[in-house]
Amino acid sequence: MSTATKTPARVYDVESLRAQFPILSRTVHGKPLVYLDNANTTQKPRVVIDRDRKYYEEENANIHRGTHWLSEKATEAYEGGRAKVARFLGAASPKEIVFTRGTTEAINLVASSFSQAFLEAGDEILITGLEHHSNIVPWQLACERTGAKLVVVPITDDGEVPADEFEKRLTPRTKLAAVSHVSNALGTINPVKELIAIAHAVNVPVLVDGAQAAPHLPIDVKDLGCDFYAVSAHKMYGPTGIGALYGKAEWLEKLPPYQGGGDMIASVTFEKTTYNELPWKFEAGTANIAGGIVFGVAVDWLTGVGLAAIAAHEHDLLVHATRTLSAIPGLTIVGRAKEKAAVVSFTLDNVHPHDIGTILDREGIAIRTGQHCAQPVMDRFGIPATARASFGLYNTREEVDALAAGLSKVSEMFG
Amino acid sequence: MTELRDLYQEVILDHNKSPHNYREMADASRIALGHNPLCGDKMKLYVRIDGDRIADVAFQGSGCAISKASASIMTDAIKGKTLTEAETLYGQFHELLTGPPDVKADGAGLGKLAVFSGVREFPARVKCATLAWHTLETALKGQQEVAKTE
Repeated sequence: MSTATKTPARVYDVESLRAQFPILSRTVHGKPLVYLDNANTTQKPRVVIDRDRKYYEEENANIHRGTHWLSEKATEAYEGGRAKVARFLGAASPKEIVFTRGTTEAINLVASSFSQAFLEAGDEILITGLEHHSNIVPWQLACERTGAKLVVVPITDDGEVPADEFEKRLTPRTKLAAVSHVSNALGTINPVKELIAIAHAVNVPVLVDGAQAAPHLPIDVKDLGCDFYAVSAHKMYGPTGIGALYGKAEWLEKLPPYQGGGDMIASVTFEKTTYNELPWKFEAGTANIAGGIVFGVAVDWLTGVGLAAIAAHEHDLLVHATRTLSAIPGLTIVGRAKEKAAVVSFTLDNVHPHDIGTILDREGIAIRTGQHCAQPVMDRFGIPATARASFGLYNTREEVDALAAGLSKVSEMFG
Repeated sequence: MTELRDLYQEVILDHNKSPHNYREMADASRIALGHNPLCGDKMKLYVRIDGDRIADVAFQGSGCAISKASASIMTDAIKGKTLTEAETLYGQFHELLTGPPDVKADGAGLGKLAVFSGVREFPARVKCATLAWHTLETALKGQQEVAKTE
C-alpha cells in the first residue's frame, strides 16, 4: 500500500466543539457570550453535564461499602473515573491517583502529610515567584508548623523561571520543590521536566501544580518524572469540587494520612487504627462520587478532542491575541515568556483593570481582573492588578477581535 | 451603553482623572489604610481632626475609577463636617449604593455623592465605591488594622 492512503490530519472543527457547550449559545447583557475566563474555570460540554445527571437519576448510592447492586454500580463508575484520570495523566496505576476537591486540596494534602513526616526546623521548601496562592500558602503553613523555611526562585522581567536560579537555591536542606507547570497569572510554561531533573539530581522530590497545564498540554507524569502532580477538574471542562493528586506510589506509601474518617481505614479499634491501601488511605469520608465519575468523562472527552490539537489551536489564538492586543495604544502585555499557554495578562494606561472588566462585561465579554490569586506576581511587576484574557479549546479568532473591539470602547470612555 | 454611562458619569471620570485632595498630609491626626484584595485597590487616608470636626482630609493610592472618584468626592463632601455629620452621610451613601436596583435613587441630601446612584446596577462594584468610606471609618475609630471591603 502506498503512503498516500495515510489518513489526513483531522481538521480542528471549533464550531462543532462549540456546539457541544450549551452555555456558549447564551447571551449576556443582550450580547453573545464571549467567554475568555478559562484559566478561572472552563465551561462544560453536554457529555459532562449529562453524565452528572445520569448518575443522580440512575446510579446514586454510596461506594465501597454496599452489598446492593446500586452501590456496586456506583463504585465501579467512580473507580472507573479514577482509572481514566490515571490514564490521562500517564500514571502507572490508578492507585497513584487520589481524588481531592481540587488542586488546592491536593497541594494541601502533600504539604500537610509531607511536613508531618519529613520536615524539620531549618529545612527548606523551594517554590517559584510565579506561584498561585494555593502553591504558596500550604507551604507557609507547613513551615510555620515545623520551623522550616520557604525559599523562592525569582522570576525574570518576561515572567520566566530560569533553571540556573532554581538550581542555585537547592541546598542540602531543601526537602521538596513545588513549581507550577503553567502560570495562571502570566501563562508562562515552566520547563518543569528540566527543573525536575535538576532537583532529582540532588534527591529533592518535586510537586507540580498542573491546574493550568492539564487542560492545555499533553501531560505524562512518568515522562516528566515528577513525584506529585495536582489538577482540578473544573479547569479541564469537568465539574467543580473534584480534582486529583497524582503521587508516585512509593511516596504515597510513605506519607501519613491527611484526614481521618470513614473509607480511609482498614480496621479501627480504640487502641489502634490501620489505614486502607492506596489511594483510599487519603480519601476520608464519602467522596464526591458524581464528581469522580464525571471527571473521568471530561478527561476522556479531552483525549477525544486531542491535547496536541487543542494546544495548537490555542497557540494560534495566543499569537493572534498577542498581535491584536499589542496594537492597541497604551496596552502592555505582562508576561512575555517564550513558552506560553493561551493567557494574555495586560494593563491599559490610565484605566484600572476593574473598569476594563465592567465595560467588557456589558459587551458580553467575560475576562478576569485583579490579582489572580497571585499577589506576589503583581508585586514583582509593580502593578496593582491586570486584566486577563485566557483562552480555551472553543474560543475563536473572532472572539479575540471582539475583545479588541471591546477594549477600544474602554479607551473611548476613558480617553 | 446606557447603564455604563449611568455608572461612569462624567463627574466620576473627571474625579478619576484629577482626584481632589490627592496628597500626603504631614499633620494628619489619623491615618488608615484601605485594601480591596479582590481587585488590588490600595488606599491611604489622612484625616486631621479638630475637636469634633474633620478639619482636613486627603488620600493617596491606586484603584479603579469608581474607588478613586469615590474617595475624591468623599474628601470634598466631609471636609469641615462634624464626625456625626460624616457618619450620617455614610449611612445615606450606603443606602444609595445598596438600595433595590429597580427603584431609581434620588440621592437627596447627598449633593455630589449622588453621582454614584448608578452603582446599584453593578453589585460587583459596590465595594469599590465604599472602600474610601470603610477606610474613613477605620481612621475615625483610630483602629490600627487595614480596612477591608471583604
